[in-house]
Amino acid sequence: MTERTVTIKNRAGIHARPAALIVQTSSKFGSKIWLEKNGDRINAKSIMGIITLGASFGTPIRIIAEGPDEEEATIAIERLFESRFEEE
Amino acid sequence: MEEKHLSILDLLSLDLKEQNSLDLRCIGGRKGLARNITIPDLNRPGLALSGFFESFAWQRIQIFGRGENAYLKKIEEEVPNESLERFFAYPIPACIFTHNLAPGKEFFRLAEASGCPILQTDLASSEFTSRILRVLSDIFAPRTTIHGVLVEVYGIGILMTGDSGVGKSETALELVERGHRLVADDVVEIRCVNGSILMGQGANKVIGHHMEIRGLGIINVTHLFGVGAIRDKKQIQLVCALEEWDPNKVYDRIGTEEKTTGILGVAVPRLEIPVKPGRNVPIIVETAAMNERLKKMGYHSAKEFNQNILRWLESENARAVYWNRDDYL
Repeated sequence: MTERTVTIKNRAGIHARPAALIVQTSSKFGSKIWLEKNGDRINAKSIMGIITLGASFGTPIRIIAEGPDEEEATIAIERLFESRFEEE
Repeated sequence: MEEKHLSILDLLSLDLKEQNSLDLRCIGGRKGLARNITIPDLNRPGLALSGFFESFAWQRIQIFGRGENAYLKKIEEEVPNESLERFFAYPIPACIFTHNLAPGKEFFRLAEASGCPILQTDLASSEFTSRILRVLSDIFAPRTTIHGVLVEVYGIGILMTGDSGVGKSETALELVERGHRLVADDVVEIRCVNGSILMGQGANKVIGHHMEIRGLGIINVTHLFGVGAIRDKKQIQLVCALEEWDPNKVYDRIGTEEKTTGILGVAVPRLEIPVKPGRNVPIIVETAAMNERLKKMGYHSAKEFNQNILRWLESENARAVYWNRDDYL
């Protein structure tokens, strides 16, 4: 299991487009991937789940992955957060 | 899991309707509205008011009914009032007066000074007690969120689970199209009420009753299918685990064995439904719902079927002894 904590850097937070980006990225991997905010854990391959998290600017999010390609998966998703979902 | 707490302000702003309404309003000690309720229970402070503070449950909401209020009226004339001062030395979450009663000036003064909110309701003590206990146990109930879709089919709450892309949302869409109801898509928040009932609802009211369908994007079920196609919450009575057809796995072919799955310590009947092209999953789920209703009414299709076979074999055997003697001798 690989874990990493990231903070949301884009002002708008995770709205529909960033959520779609996360889902597209995590669906490329075979591992099970979750995002966690305040102890609420949701599946990172589900758009509605990610939006439901209500992750706004500055919120810390934990990325958890488990499976054969967990390392690559966490790095790829972390990169999305770092790049501010290609916004701004 | 973080510790649950509910501030008095949260309690006042809860959106409760009809038989759940608490009719609360704040009549004093406003600066104490930020105090938190940490225990979903109540206390009648009669003993404490009379000066007996051993085992005083100060962490709980204090309920003042007619009796307590009458006693307050009696002791309020004494100034300084020792037991009242001691009472307010505890960080009590709130004092609630029922029957539209209100305490005297001295009580207000002490409550303001210690920052204890005073609330009032026009309900009777017994009615108010049962309502607030119901509300609090609901709020403090253990909860979890599950990745799945919750639908109501023929009155049965069915939670469909399964990996992403197995077709949960598509199945739910077809069920809605066939006149059933959607409760929550993707993220289902489940609370265990009364220790045995699992209540499922959408995790977020703002974005509830939306669905993500591959190829279409996000759709609003309420607007597309009308309010008749949705439900706010529903008890979970059956779990349908959808999974990709695995040729090496043995699926239940008879249905006499009952599998269950544990959610928050409650066992829920569970069906494993293999999905492959050409299998109409919505109809299977619909049939599962009707079968579940039959079971609840005391008729178990698979068991009844087996009973009939057993009875038939037995009678054939019995007949064989007398009628086809030659075969036996």
